[in-house]
Amino acid sequence: MEAWVDISILGLMALTAIAIVMLRNLLAVVMLSGIYSLLAASIFVVMDAVDVAFTEAAVGAGISTMLFIGTLALTTRIEKKPAHTPVLPLIVVIITGAVLIFGTLDVAVYGDPLAPAMQDVAPYYLENTKKHAGIPNVVTAVLASYRGYDTLGEVVVIFTAGIGVILLLGSWRRGLPKIAPHKDDKA
Amino acid sequence: MKEYLVLRVITKLLLPFILLFGLYVQFHGDFGPGGGFQAGVIFAAGFVLYSLVYGVAAAQKVLPTGILRAGLAGGVLIYALVGVANLILGANYLEYTPLADTMKEGQHLGIFLVELGVGLTVASVMMTVYFTFATWRED
Repeated sequence: MEAWVDISILGLMALTAIAIVMLRNLLAVVMLSGIYSLLAASIFVVMDAVDVAFTEAAVGAGISTMLFIGTLALTTRIEKKPAHTPVLPLIVVIITGAVLIFGTLDVAVYGDPLAPAMQDVAPYYLENTKKHAGIPNVVTAVLASYRGYDTLGEVVVIFTAGIGVILLLGSWRRGLPKIAPHKDDKA
Repeated sequence: MKEYLVLRVITKLLLPFILLFGLYVQFHGDFGPGGGFQAGVIFAAGFVLYSLVYGVAAAQKVLPTGILRAGLAGGVLIYALVGVANLILGANYLEYTPLADTMKEGQHLGIFLVELGVGLTVASVMMTVYFTFATWRED
């Protein structure tokens, strides 16, 4: 049963991706990429990673779709016809896809407790979270306590991204004089 | 968007539940799935929905730029200061154990506080980025 759910969601994702490649109307592409994210969130729910699904649904399907639409409002809605034939990109994609599929042959079976990735620090976290922190959610304990430094770094990255957007597009720029174009810059 | 009555009513109905769910994911993150990052993006998505239907100006009345900027920096500051508090109490940076009487309570309090910082920064950054894109104009 679960396999069929997986197959149907992944099939819909593949169809969405093909539609995204074929379409020239960028607004429709943005809508479809939001649907793609929602399908990815469903896959995460099937894999019991509900917290990742929250993030994918809220950021991938919600906020980033809105940011894309905002960008389209500032630029243009119709993609230009490519000047070159799509044969070379197709070859590159086929080779990359083949290499990735070849790589999955060595990946451990999903959920295998004997996989090498499960043998290193995971047993320590699973055994000691209850003893050290007294909370049942091991993921939270790993993120906020055992690996608190990494999470601090992540928060600083998000902070930096916000500061970057404010500096590049923020309303404080409106009072600034226009930056003169470079002498080699045409139009 | 004055003419879309259904959208306006549904948004108004959904919004408290989205925000409440965001708070639940934030403060229940050590028992159920979730945590600061998830809570921050859910909270921000709620406000994005509101500003889509009711306009950016209405959303910015609730959350003015100044508050968002304070949250953006405040979250990182909370996280880093929890670490510094550990240093002052004689432990390692972000060790949490000396924050309360027992190790479990200390860990619990530390995790709660840093997750609060994460949620604050993530929600503020997401909303700041959205508002900045939505109000940007070339002049």
